[in-house]
Amino acid sequence: MASLKDQICVVGIGETPFRRPKEPDGTNLTIQLQAIEAAIADAGLKNKDIDCILPIEGLAHAEEIAVNLGIDDLRFQATVRIAAAAPGSHIMTAGMAIHAGICNYAVIPVGWYGYSGNIRVRKVMKDNPLVFSGGPTARDYYYPHGINVPPQWFSFMARYHMEKYGTTREQLGAVAVAFRKHAQLNPHALMHDKPLTMEDYLSGRMISDPYNLYDCSLECDGAGALVVTTVERALDLKQKPIYLMGFGQGQPYPADDLSNRADILEMGVTHAAPRAFEMAGITHKDIDFAQIYDAFSFQVIEQIEEMGFCKRGEGGPFVEGGRIELGGELPVNTHGGLMSEGHVMGMNHIIEAVRQLRGDAGDHQVKDAEIGMSTGFGDFMDGSVVILRR
Amino acid sequence: MSEETSEEYGKPLPLMEGTAGEFYEHCKNHELRFQRCTGCGTWRHVPRNMCAQCGSWEWEWAKSSGRGELLTWTVVTFPMQPSFAEEVPYAVTIIELEEGPRIVSRIVDVEPQDLRMGMPVEVIFDAVTPEVTLPRFKHSGK
Repeated sequence: MASLKDQICVVGIGETPFRRPKEPDGTNLTIQLQAIEAAIADAGLKNKDIDCILPIEGLAHAEEIAVNLGIDDLRFQATVRIAAAAPGSHIMTAGMAIHAGICNYAVIPVGWYGYSGNIRVRKVMKDNPLVFSGGPTARDYYYPHGINVPPQWFSFMARYHMEKYGTTREQLGAVAVAFRKHAQLNPHALMHDKPLTMEDYLSGRMISDPYNLYDCSLECDGAGALVVTTVERALDLKQKPIYLMGFGQGQPYPADDLSNRADILEMGVTHAAPRAFEMAGITHKDIDFAQIYDAFSFQVIEQIEEMGFCKRGEGGPFVEGGRIELGGELPVNTHGGLMSEGHVMGMNHIIEAVRQLRGDAGDHQVKDAEIGMSTGFGDFMDGSVVILRR
Repeated sequence: MSEETSEEYGKPLPLMEGTAGEFYEHCKNHELRFQRCTGCGTWRHVPRNMCAQCGSWEWEWAKSSGRGELLTWTVVTFPMQPSFAEEVPYAVTIIELEEGPRIVSRIVDVEPQDLRMGMPVEVIFDAVTPEVTLPRFKHSGK
């Protein structure tokens, strides 16, 4: 079967401001519509050109997005039930649908009032476990013991890695500090003008040991959207097209129970990354930057290892010494990531990747960036990986 | 080990239906039982319909020795679930039983800072309400 490599382009990106106000000033739908409008305008298209919508689960329906935009002939819509791995999975799904001739221009929105609205992750996941695939397992076998929210679940893996491989708090801190440095160069970031030293990091309020406040991402109000189409159409549009070289989706096994995996460090990207690299026909050395889903600091180290940038157990030393900072060997989360720019479920990672490859990243530009990647992470570590090039 | 009503207890409880209900009924009888495939003998947790090893739909509730070891843990310091506020800091653990299945639980008699990977533990039973008994663990040979 013909490969989808270099057949699909990202042609439009749009974002709202990322904020943490006391009260919401719109709905999960309106904030996504704002990002969608921006992405369509960025592409130089009209609302009615869009004929495919891939909304993330639970935050808005394709129907209500379509009716607001006046899309009266929606050819295709789909939602992959993979939580915040959806941005990458939805690029993959859009690519397949477009390449098959089912539709022409897909819009992929993500956004929420994740801070001021009544949908903070910490609240939704404990109050309504059925919203995610591992929910019944968590409700019946985790929650009764007082482990009810993501920073608690994913610190299990951090502790395991620290005990087994000697990974240190300072190495987790190197992740937090690197992303915060990048946020100082990005006025869009929630933590712009709020620098963080290692000393600050180490004195952070403990949340679920080994995770303290600075190991955790920033719930925020914000939205982002992409427009995706064929190369042929992309070449006629306003922006320099960014090519989808490779993608992959994957899940750890079993996906709905994080305690009974034969290998407790297994993640979705463990499976997704090799598929994406194979499709792209490149190796790790070809990657100029990686936007890695950073719900929590250790999961960045874990993904770096699982995707093969270093061996199992070497991720701690890998992130030290500025290697993942701008100017380092593998700049990671050049926008500040979920930990310092804002938690928009990784859509901001893909948007930053596109911005970098267009050469539009301003003060946080990776010099001469040609190929970059972005990862997604949802539920109990489901994963998606996209590799893009200019 | 108090015996409050679920309402007084105020903390999350399992949904006592289907296989989860059966699992916790065994706990109430002070037995830690997991599903074991009667086709190939593979133990499993959490409960499933089919054996992932051999595809069999046949299984039994097999009694575990209750002995295992500590695989990993987290120490909850900031209670995101308000009903656990007065318990912080507390450690939640993943225990690997000698039969193979792993279970999320707590070790009741070890301070968080004294937890070590591989620490031997054995099951005890904590009747948190008249209806629900949770399996917890204590340090073996202590």
